[in-house]
Amino acid sequence: MAEEEKVTRRDFLLYAMGGWAAIGVGASLYAMYKTWEPLPEVKAQATVKFDLSEVQPGELRVVAWRGKPVFVLRKTPDMIKCPDRTVKDEYTVVIGICTHLGCIPNWEEDKKIWHCPCHGGEYDACGRNIFGPPPRPLAIPPFKIEGNTIVLGEEGPEYKKLMKG
Amino acid sequence: MEKKKGGFIQWLDERLAINALMKIMMTEYYIPKNINFLWSFGVLIMLVLVILIISGLFVLMYYKPDAKLAFDSVNKTIMMDVEYGWLFRHIHAVGASIMFLVLFVHMGRGIYYGSFKPPREIVWLTGYLLFILMAATAFTGYLLPWGQMSYWAAQTITTLFEKIPVIGPDLVIWIRGNFIVEDATLTRFFALHVVLLPLLLIVFTGIHLYAVRIVGSNNEDGIELTKEEKKTKGIPFWPVFMSKEFFVMSVFLIFFFYLVFFQFHFAMDPINFTPANYLQTPPHIYPEWYFLAFYEVLRGFFFSQNLGLIAFVLSMFVAMFLPWIDTSPIKSGNYRPLYKIAFWIFVADFVFLTVLGKLPPTGLYGWLGFIGTLIFFGFFIALPIISKIEKKQIERGGNQ
Repeated sequence: MAEEEKVTRRDFLLYAMGGWAAIGVGASLYAMYKTWEPLPEVKAQATVKFDLSEVQPGELRVVAWRGKPVFVLRKTPDMIKCPDRTVKDEYTVVIGICTHLGCIPNWEEDKKIWHCPCHGGEYDACGRNIFGPPPRPLAIPPFKIEGNTIVLGEEGPEYKKLMKG
Repeated sequence: MEKKKGGFIQWLDERLAINALMKIMMTEYYIPKNINFLWSFGVLIMLVLVILIISGLFVLMYYKPDAKLAFDSVNKTIMMDVEYGWLFRHIHAVGASIMFLVLFVHMGRGIYYGSFKPPREIVWLTGYLLFILMAATAFTGYLLPWGQMSYWAAQTITTLFEKIPVIGPDLVIWIRGNFIVEDATLTRFFALHVVLLPLLLIVFTGIHLYAVRIVGSNNEDGIELTKEEKKTKGIPFWPVFMSKEFFVMSVFLIFFFYLVFFQFHFAMDPINFTPANYLQTPPHIYPEWYFLAFYEVLRGFFFSQNLGLIAFVLSMFVAMFLPWIDTSPIKSGNYRPLYKIAFWIFVADFVFLTVLGKLPPTGLYGWLGFIGTLIFFGFFIALPIISKIEKKQIERGGNQ
């Protein structure tokens, strides 16, 4: 018993020091980890508000969101219809990055399609791939509707509904 | 004069034991005679590393790690305003490229002659880690000029982390410090490129060189020499081996500076002379030549991004485990007919993948890339089988 106590005393000091050092190392690592987090001004760009009523029928606006272009197209009745990809009955809201290799497609007013200059991929006015190498339709960014305003970067009920459909 | 010098050496020796150190590292580190010119590439790597550190130091004096200033600090200040700035930039860029050439030869020699086998596992592991560190250094350094190719290479490679389950998307943002590659990314890559990675490279080079002095150099026949044999049959690293090495280094430097002065364009992608623009992707993104083979493995599984990513990670690290994949007691490829065939198929496949990596991954190229990828991994799958066959042959009292 006495012998064991001797060892315990040493062990105690060892564990105390080791434990304290481990806390210190852990805290340091955590602080280092946190330094790599996006800065407040970057985090502030996480959501972007945009007034949909500004857009005229048939007009395309490009909104910058998290460094990506978001296409907001107010569709006219003669454009192709797709209730499962339409926001507020008349808007197409998609991330303007070609799903093939990440180029930015151009809107061609006369044909009412997006045409990618890199490898000739084409998307209809709903952002669905209709020609060329793109494997998927243009992605729909997470959004929330607040009256006439769309908030990009937050998942509202309308967005969840679209994703389910 | 003589006596005075000896006096100082002795004075130093009494305090630092430099004579014993010199013996272990240089004068009593014996190199076998049955080696060929491929054994000179280790020292060439050291030479290129020194060239990279010195040229890097001089471009560092004018480089500005800020997204607004970086491009001009490289392409205007260093290239046009600083006297001989262009020289140091070209040395640094060509040096990075040539580093991988000498690394591949050095590693290829190690694989062919079985230099990774016992007792040299630590030599192999530290060496392989150095290769990975060098790849990380090259990748972080490539972002610094902040041109279009720099930017989109970093964007593409950091996007790969998105595929990691659960933490992936958040991890990407953490690595970049932003939703896209931005100023924060540039500055942290800069810090890694100029401080942490070079420091690790130097430390592990030290361990690598120390380890090879403990176990000794391998040779063409893969037959170990005893301590006595080393003294009688080997040559001391210093001055005998190095006196030959100086000749190789001289020839190498002629080649190197020929590239720096007349062929530097191969290390200077024209697309990278357009400033980084996060709203415009270049039509065709590809890495520098030394990553093309691994890049092609990534694209090889063109039908599944996830498989491609797993294959890519595996292709970067699988060779690290060679000492445990290839367990045949015969070391040198010279005495392993099956291994010899597998090795040369592997080398040819590596070249094949490198060529394909630069071509668009569509149609026939997609399938060729897939086949090339399968052959790449086929080599590592064949090794345990070849080892088994060879072990059986030895049991039967076959060759050797």
